[in-house]
Amino acid sequence: MGSKIKVIVINEKDNVAIALKPLNAGTKVSVKVQGRIEKMKLLSDIPMGHKFALRDMEEEGAVIKYGEPIGQSTAKISRGEHVHIHNLVSQPRGRSR
Amino acid sequence: MNFQGYRRPDGRAGTRNHVLVIPSVGCSQGTAQAIAQGLKGAVYLPNISGCGQVGEDRTLVKKTLVGFGTNPNVFAVLVVGNGCEQLSPEEIEKGIVPTGKRVKVIVIQEVGGTKKTVALGKRIVKEMCEEAARLIREPIPLSDLILGTECGGSDYTSGLASNPAVGAACDLLVAEGGTVILSETPELIGAEHLLAKRARTPEMGNQVLDAVAWWESKAMVSGEDIRKANPAPGNIAGGITTLEEKSLGCIYKAGTSPLEEVITYASHPTRKGLVFMDTPAHDIEQLTGMVAGGVQIVVFTTGRGNPLGTPIAPVIKITGNRDTYHKMRDNIDIDVDKVLQGKETVTEAGKRIFEEVISVASGKITKAEKLGQRDFCIFKMNINI
Repeated sequence: MGSKIKVIVINEKDNVAIALKPLNAGTKVSVKVQGRIEKMKLLSDIPMGHKFALRDMEEEGAVIKYGEPIGQSTAKISRGEHVHIHNLVSQPRGRSR
Repeated sequence: MNFQGYRRPDGRAGTRNHVLVIPSVGCSQGTAQAIAQGLKGAVYLPNISGCGQVGEDRTLVKKTLVGFGTNPNVFAVLVVGNGCEQLSPEEIEKGIVPTGKRVKVIVIQEVGGTKKTVALGKRIVKEMCEEAARLIREPIPLSDLILGTECGGSDYTSGLASNPAVGAACDLLVAEGGTVILSETPELIGAEHLLAKRARTPEMGNQVLDAVAWWESKAMVSGEDIRKANPAPGNIAGGITTLEEKSLGCIYKAGTSPLEEVITYASHPTRKGLVFMDTPAHDIEQLTGMVAGGVQIVVFTTGRGNPLGTPIAPVIKITGNRDTYHKMRDNIDIDVDKVLQGKETVTEAGKRIFEEVISVASGKITKAEKLGQRDFCIFKMNINI
């Protein structure tokens, strides 16, 4: 079991990782970030395919996946916490050309 | 490299050899269906438009119906009119004639009722089908292929596995001189800057940004925030939170080629390579627009699963979601979940998809074709009058 990939980070700029299987709160995961293996503990249950924070984020901070902003946080998010519709929204207008 | 296809009198090439029965108006749809039913090689278009559309909608309906008739996957066409509709069957016929393929018109009010029209239509279509069956496939360069791309029922696996793998396949086709169409403008929101950067000219980059702005403002005028309607509930359950996230996963399926052209709904590309068609994100309207624009084959990625097909162009379904593949084996052609397990690279999966595109272009039947999925819906901007 231990050899199977449980989580994935798509781009080195990302501040979220994706669970490739359902993971319970308290699970310890190893995440490869910028070539380094980081060990961290999940603070929430993460359903399969869902995101969790790789580091602490302030409210209204940019959430980065695929190396690009996918929206902004609506609350403080802690490392290891589930990131989804309860704490992440689409960015408002005003994307620059 | 070649595929085995059907060369048409206008020089284009088909991956299929259908005889198409087009109702020029919704009123003749049932009759058109009855004509095609039971005749091997014949398909009908479930068209409900042709009367009541005005202005730009009328133009779109005509352009789409003509586009299906001229599509090289079609050998010959029978247009079935009712007789009093605004869009006359002769207008459709006139648009198809320049391709050099056989096209005939019959009108229910002139022939005298459904039964007589069905009998006459069946005689005509049967003869067309017999003629079509005599045509044999020949080697056609892949540069004659226009591949449509689509993703429906996305989940987290779409952006991680199936879309990047399709993107790799698209790059292989473009390297062969072929054409790839990316579309679904509302699902470009949040990723439009990346596509615009790849445009051949700054003007074309602006066309991409303008297309996105048009959809956003159109939705705003109707009082809707596009970002609240998309992602859909299934996308959200599958791990996608925002439209930007969905879009960024979406555009992987177009590969990495430079953008050669931006075209409007149901228009034909005039350049090879990667082309962007401005269409809705609605899957059936989008597929319909691409096929009307000359697409002969489609690759369709899905995470949650999707049964859609088109009346005349084969659709290859690809998923990176192992559960979906096993649950919906009758719908899904290719499974790329090994990419997520780290057991297959995106490049390898892309090569597998590219090979399947060649096989299907050469006659291999897809799951959607086996199921008889002939979904069709024309994009409309305004109300019917």
